Amino acid sequence: MKLFGLRLTSTALVGIFIILACVGGAVFAPWIAPHDPNLPLGGRWGPPSAEHWLGLDQIGRDMLSRILYGGRISIGLALLATVLAFVVGIVTGFAAAVFGGWVDIAFSRIADVVLSIPILMSALIIISGFGTTTTVLVLTIGFLYSVLVFRVARAVAMNIAVLDYVEVARLRGEGLMWVILREILPNALPPLAAEFGLRFCFAFLFIAALSFLGLGVQPPDADWGSMVKESALAIPAGIAAPLYPAAAIALLTIGVNLVVDWLLSIYSRPQGENA
Amino acid sequence: MAQMRSKAEGQILDVRNLRIEAVTETGKRVTLVDDVSFTLDAGEVLGLIGESGAGKSTIGLSALVYARTGCQIAGGEILFHGRDVRQLDMRGRQNLRGVRVAYIAQSAAAAFNPAHTLFDQVTEVALQHGVMNRAQARRDAVRLFGELELPDPETFGNRYPHQVSGGQLQRAMAAMAMIARPDLLVFDEPTTALDVTTQVEVLASFKKLIREHRTAALYITHDLAVVAQVADRIMVLRGGKMVEQGPATRILQKPEMDYTRMLVAERVAAEQSRFVEGHAEGDRPILEVRNVVAAYRGTIKVVDDVSIDVQRGDTLAIVGESGSGKSSLARVIVGLLPRQQGNVVFDGVTLRPRLQDRSKEQLRRIQMIYQMPDVALNPRHTLLDIIGRPIQFYFGKGRGEVRARVEDLMRQIDLPADYINRRPHELSGGQKQRVCIARALAAEPEIIICDEVTSALDPLVSDEILRLLRRIQDETGVAYLFITHDLGTVRRVANKVAVMLKGKIVASGPTEQVFSPPFHPYTGLLLSSVPEMRPDWLDEVLSRRRKAG
Repeated sequence: MKLFGLRLTSTALVGIFIILACVGGAVFAPWIAPHDPNLPLGGRWGPPSAEHWLGLDQIGRDMLSRILYGGRISIGLALLATVLAFVVGIVTGFAAAVFGGWVDIAFSRIADVVLSIPILMSALIIISGFGTTTTVLVLTIGFLYSVLVFRVARAVAMNIAVLDYVEVARLRGEGLMWVILREILPNALPPLAAEFGLRFCFAFLFIAALSFLGLGVQPPDADWGSMVKESALAIPAGIAAPLYPAAAIALLTIGVNLVVDWLLSIYSRPQGENA
Repeated sequence: MAQMRSKAEGQILDVRNLRIEAVTETGKRVTLVDDVSFTLDAGEVLGLIGESGAGKSTIGLSALVYARTGCQIAGGEILFHGRDVRQLDMRGRQNLRGVRVAYIAQSAAAAFNPAHTLFDQVTEVALQHGVMNRAQARRDAVRLFGELELPDPETFGNRYPHQVSGGQLQRAMAAMAMIARPDLLVFDEPTTALDVTTQVEVLASFKKLIREHRTAALYITHDLAVVAQVADRIMVLRGGKMVEQGPATRILQKPEMDYTRMLVAERVAAEQSRFVEGHAEGDRPILEVRNVVAAYRGTIKVVDDVSIDVQRGDTLAIVGESGSGKSSLARVIVGLLPRQQGNVVFDGVTLRPRLQDRSKEQLRRIQMIYQMPDVALNPRHTLLDIIGRPIQFYFGKGRGEVRARVEDLMRQIDLPADYINRRPHELSGGQKQRVCIARALAAEPEIIICDEVTSALDPLVSDEILRLLRRIQDETGVAYLFITHDLGTVRRVANKVAVMLKGKIVASGPTEQVFSPPFHPYTGLLLSSVPEMRPDWLDEVLSRRRKAG
């Protein structure tokens, strides 16, 4: 079986299926969610039933509906933050690789400074300073992750920028945009796509972690991370409720990683065998 | 096997109906070596000749019962002293490799560990297999270093790989292979990566070593002249199959099969071709380089006071060994390496030192073709993109016109028109180099700088490329600046030549004149180092040099 001319493995297929299911659930939540996610419908920690497949949460809201709606926030924010990180990271990383000299030094030292502080710590400081709105959340994660993407993009582009075909383009008199977009980017895409998948997972777990610490998404909205936190109290009581959002986090992470592994395996294969 | 063995006599290796297969990603089986048989007696050298992909190295490695990852020895027998070594278990194979059969690879630099001294690495096999103790092994290594004519054999082994030259390292690898006194040596293109002047010395050491120790050897190379110096018998391979096999002199003088005849004819042409005639038009050179000085990082001078002229429609070759500064000179001319002093004048106009300061029109008129077509072509672009871009970029043509012109150019370089949407990995090495030529032509340049354009290609393919370049010159009147280390190439394409040594031009002028006596001593050294197909060539050169002192 093939996708965009690339040979699919069975694990990649499972990964793609998981991602489609999660994203589909999030996108179509208003139509497929059985109940209002923010409306208490019954008793605290109600057990799973025909009416409520995954039971009720700590104030009696339908768990399944909350997970579907929570996916919108979790996946949406993580995606926005990752896209932001990649746009900033790739532009700066490629510029550093192509220009070299002081441009490279400036960007690289900024990256070193940012990376010298643990990322969670930086995030806590920035978010405490600017407030816990979703905009601040996305910008913070996007910025912090762009530093990591910068490093990868720079390294990948450095290896490509020294190849003869890039030199040919420079000798022809091509501008910077052509060199970056037409000569380097297409060849850097597979490793960057793999990195995108990984970063997305981390962003998504990061939001969950911030929410768990109370600095992420604020009630009554909930992402999967904050749902785990809210229902964590139920664990000692032997109630399965917190396991459902946690399982959703795990499932999506696994799905994305399966696809990433597949992309990486294609990249490391010699040219031409996937055509 | 702990004690030293007496030298083996009689038949060493008997390979029967060898078949080696590879399994691709998609599970398809490909036959790399098909039904190859040969025998090897003590003290005998069998040369394996063929182009890349002929299966030479694969056969060489099979003598060590080794197949590269993804490959397997699928059929046939490999009898070593009459015993089928394919039946050996892992331990038996370990006792065979390095001890009774040893391998000498093309790149010694990649075969040595940079973190250990040469003594440690040369003696390792003998110590590990308990053939000798440390003191014995060391003494023996010193003796081998001496035999291989390495400098200061007593202390040579204390050095690390990066502290010796490429030719010395290659000889150190021969010492490493010889230490356990194997019955069979496998030489895999051991001099291909060396400069011609170094190659002569290394080749001579190898020959002496094999003769004195009466070791049987498989000598793998693509160069008929090299194999003529060392081999008693030659086997010609093509696409994994044997073409013919016989005594070296018979194969070289009276080849029976068409393919061998083609290989020999190509090589003879390289040796004997007349000097080519010039095409020079007009009196003012299209390119004048005047007293140019350039350095890397401002201090390491690589081009030192160089002056050359290239006439319109003419070909100037720059020859020299690696590190002579010939490629740096090309980089100075195109502006990738800004010159520090001197002038580069193109069609009467002085070019700015830096590429970025030159006009688009100036860039268009000087094009460049590279050594490695694999990395000179963007793997994600189609031929239409690759050849079409200069047309679009320099002449602002629309899509239809670009496509029509690309089709024209593809016809000119003899590529089928339906290749237009292919990507580089769907082409052979020679076809890729043709595409590079077409891309250069697309800019309609007045001069093309060819930087070692045939050195990565097989002899027959590079012959075709040289012919193509000549034909294009006849048709378009483009001038070439030909950078190469291969004097055969120079003879065939260039009517003028400049010899470079350590950043300076030591001799220049019409090829016929530079290559005829009396020549500059370095030109003489270069010329006398090019292997010839006469089997006694190497001995003659050595005795002549010894006389000259």
